[in-house]
Amino acid sequence: MTRVAETAQEALGDVPDGSTVMIGGFGPAGQPVELIEALLASGASDLVVVSNNAGNGDDALARLVRDGRVRRIVCSFPRQVDSWHFDAAYRAGRIELELVPQGNLAERIRAAGAGIGAFFTPTGYGTPLAEGKETRVLDGVPMVLETPLRADVALVKAHRADTAGNLVYRRTARNFGPVMATAAERTVAQVREVVPAGALDPEAVVTPGIYVEAVVALDSTTAVAGVSA
Amino acid sequence: MTGGTGTSGTPGTSGTTAGPLTRQQLAARVAADIAPGSYVNLGIGLPTLVGDHLPAGSGITLHTENGMLGMGPAPAPESVDPELINAGKVPVTELPGASYFHQADSFAMMRGGHIDVCVLGAFQVSVGGDLANWSTGAPDAVPAVGGAMDLAVGARRTVVMMTLLAKDGSPKVVEGCTLPLTGVGCVSRVYADRAVLDVGPDGASVVERFGVGHAELEDLLGLTLGGAE
Repeated sequence: MTRVAETAQEALGDVPDGSTVMIGGFGPAGQPVELIEALLASGASDLVVVSNNAGNGDDALARLVRDGRVRRIVCSFPRQVDSWHFDAAYRAGRIELELVPQGNLAERIRAAGAGIGAFFTPTGYGTPLAEGKETRVLDGVPMVLETPLRADVALVKAHRADTAGNLVYRRTARNFGPVMATAAERTVAQVREVVPAGALDPEAVVTPGIYVEAVVALDSTTAVAGVSA
Repeated sequence: MTGGTGTSGTPGTSGTTAGPLTRQQLAARVAADIAPGSYVNLGIGLPTLVGDHLPAGSGITLHTENGMLGMGPAPAPESVDPELINAGKVPVTELPGASYFHQADSFAMMRGGHIDVCVLGAFQVSVGGDLANWSTGAPDAVPAVGGAMDLAVGARRTVVMMTLLAKDGSPKVVEGCTLPLTGVGCVSRVYADRAVLDVGPDGASVVERFGVGHAELEDLLGLTLGGAE
């Protein structure tokens, strides 16, 4: 049963120190900004963050890193032209980085949500990012063993939810949302609009409500050019 | 792996240009080898230019690994949608027949051999087809890999588009890569401003030269190259 929360704080609920938190988004597209703000406000620290990027400019994810709240980040592309908070923390040794190829990041998250124990993939074979990992040649192709990535909480942004927790996304803001939603003990989604159950076309649902613990409609999430809620 | 199609030169053909190709000429040369109806991923940076040279009506569909097929050109400034971006986080548009999918699907599509051609930039390519394009190896650099490793090994055919020489004049086609690898034996052809070279298990051979003789090319690279004089 999905909760329909009134505020980002209420949707986020309790995130204990030391939690692993997945954060959706590819750059700014699909980043659950208000939920990350709520995480900042909650004071949670010693976090492990799983996210494609490590924050842009002074955005909420960047401020989590700046404020020393993230012990470790699992990430494919932390370096950006404006990732100064991550860059400083990394160079000062204040944050651990596990660099993961983007497709492996997605598949490791998917594997966790799908109950897969581990998988062999060709990505990264023979590179520094596969050092120390088990390898095997399968059908003539060298492969690397990769393990699932789970989280305590996943924070995602979708376009619309219904009161059953079903989610639909919008354009390339979908990115990591659907896989992260499956891989956490608790998934919290911020959306532009929560509609009554039955108002979303069941054929169009991308994330079924079984994966979603809480949804919250946030007005500010509508601030995208030309998008009606 | 299939060979290039379209206007691909015959091995050893001397180019018709008086000097090295410009960036746009090089992009047109890459585009000329992409078969009509192909599904294509263009890497960040120089390869993006190839999109401007795909003929209308060719039925070529562009994939962007952040979760879209049917990517169109940049929008007019007033039509920019922050939720419609490419892998370089640059605003793009949606063509008729476009589709969106999440990150695990996007990379499954790539890894599963459904993308026909991937065009990537590179720091170094070895004569055997090894690729180095994600890390300069500088000790103080903040690392980032993104989808580079997944793209390199995933597409049915991976080609590289780059300058033949680095800014310091050192060759970028090398006997063995000295920079951290992105993928092993994954590149089949290099399109550079001075030559098109095939690389792989049989070593490097010249497909086409642009304003440079075969012997001069070998001198520039410090390599013995196949392909008729």
